[in-house]
Amino acid sequence: MDLQFRQIADPIKQFEVVKWFDLKVGGVDLSFTNASGFMLLGVTMVIAFFGYAASRGQLVPSRIQSIGEMGYGFVADMVRSVAGEEGLKFFPFVFTLFFFIFFANMIGMSPYAFTTTSHIIVTAALALLVMAIVIGYGFYKNGLGFLKLFAPSGAPWYIMPLLMPIEIISFFARPLTLSLRLFANMLAGHIMLKLFAGFAVTLVGAGAAYIPVAFLAFGMGVALNALEFLVAALQAYVFAILTCVYLNDALHPAH
Amino acid sequence: MSLIALAADAAANSGEAPVFPPFETWHFPSQLFWLTLLFGGLYIVLSRMILPRLSATMERRGDHIASDLDQAARLDEQAVEAQQALELRMAEARAKARETANEARAKMEDEIARDTAKVDADMDEKLAEAEARISELRAEAMANVESVATDAASAIAGRFGVKPSASDVTSAVKAALN
Repeated sequence: MDLQFRQIADPIKQFEVVKWFDLKVGGVDLSFTNASGFMLLGVTMVIAFFGYAASRGQLVPSRIQSIGEMGYGFVADMVRSVAGEEGLKFFPFVFTLFFFIFFANMIGMSPYAFTTTSHIIVTAALALLVMAIVIGYGFYKNGLGFLKLFAPSGAPWYIMPLLMPIEIISFFARPLTLSLRLFANMLAGHIMLKLFAGFAVTLVGAGAAYIPVAFLAFGMGVALNALEFLVAALQAYVFAILTCVYLNDALHPAH
Repeated sequence: MSLIALAADAAANSGEAPVFPPFETWHFPSQLFWLTLLFGGLYIVLSRMILPRLSATMERRGDHIASDLDQAARLDEQAVEAQQALELRMAEARAKARETANEARAKMEDEIARDTAKVDADMDEKLAEAEARISELRAEAMANVESVATDAASAIAGRFGVKPSASDVTSAVKAALN
């Protein structure tokens, strides 16, 4: 009883990847897992939502069309304000990134759901994709001028030896911080939720005297749940806006 | 990232029973594969089909609103023009009415003056006629008075035994009467 109970309450179990369908290509395990399943769900929901919103195409928008257009305007304004008008060529990418993460995070808030973005491999892949685009486009557009990114204009020459290593290190720390921020936020938040919820149940099981404390723990879980919704939206926004900031560096390296 | 993978490997091989799932490596290829497929698919569907449609709708709405505003401005201008034209015509009509009234008044005054003049002339003529008659009558009367006075004076002088000549009496009477 105790053992089984502990397994349910184990806060790490929710991150376990479980194979749904086996798939091996050339000795590489590409199985369709619960992670893939929930990723597919998120992508399907994004396409269904925005596809419906776009298919309406009415001059006086319906409610869903209006929300879809608000999402469009929100991301477009974000890209335009951070990366300028030229940044709009990356608008579809930022839009995809934002809503991919946003839907993944929000799906993760549902009980029993798997949070795609709570896996470092996913966030790291997305962060590396962003950095690859920044570096690739930066050199493509500016040539070696892209390296001016590491030498801030206006700084006196004698602090350059100090400044340039800092700039280079901070540039290469970007994919790390970008991926870890999202990963750690989603992971820690879900562990906390599970801990408080599990704690509440454990306390109820421990005896009548602990029930008031159990309510306290439960209340804490409810509060954390609200906070986690905020974090889920905020982290998607942070990821997207930092992507815009980095893309701005590729578009205008001399800052 | 290889550092994380290494750490994960180390954790996996250390013999600890429950490995932290995000650091398990066996699902990395599958995760990357499905992420590439799904994220790429989402990107293509959004950028090729959905986002252009959304932006087209929003653009169309923006154009529509702009053209509506244009039309409203045009109609407003037309209304102002019509108002001005109306005011102009009102002023014209008022001026014309004033002119007509003035003309009529002048014509009436003219007529009145003409009539008055005619009546005045008539009256003057009649007055002159009457005066002529009066003076005629008076002259006649005076002549009668003279002859009567001459006769009376001759008669009175006759009583006194004097017999003046007729011309003397006449001249004396004339002097006395005038």
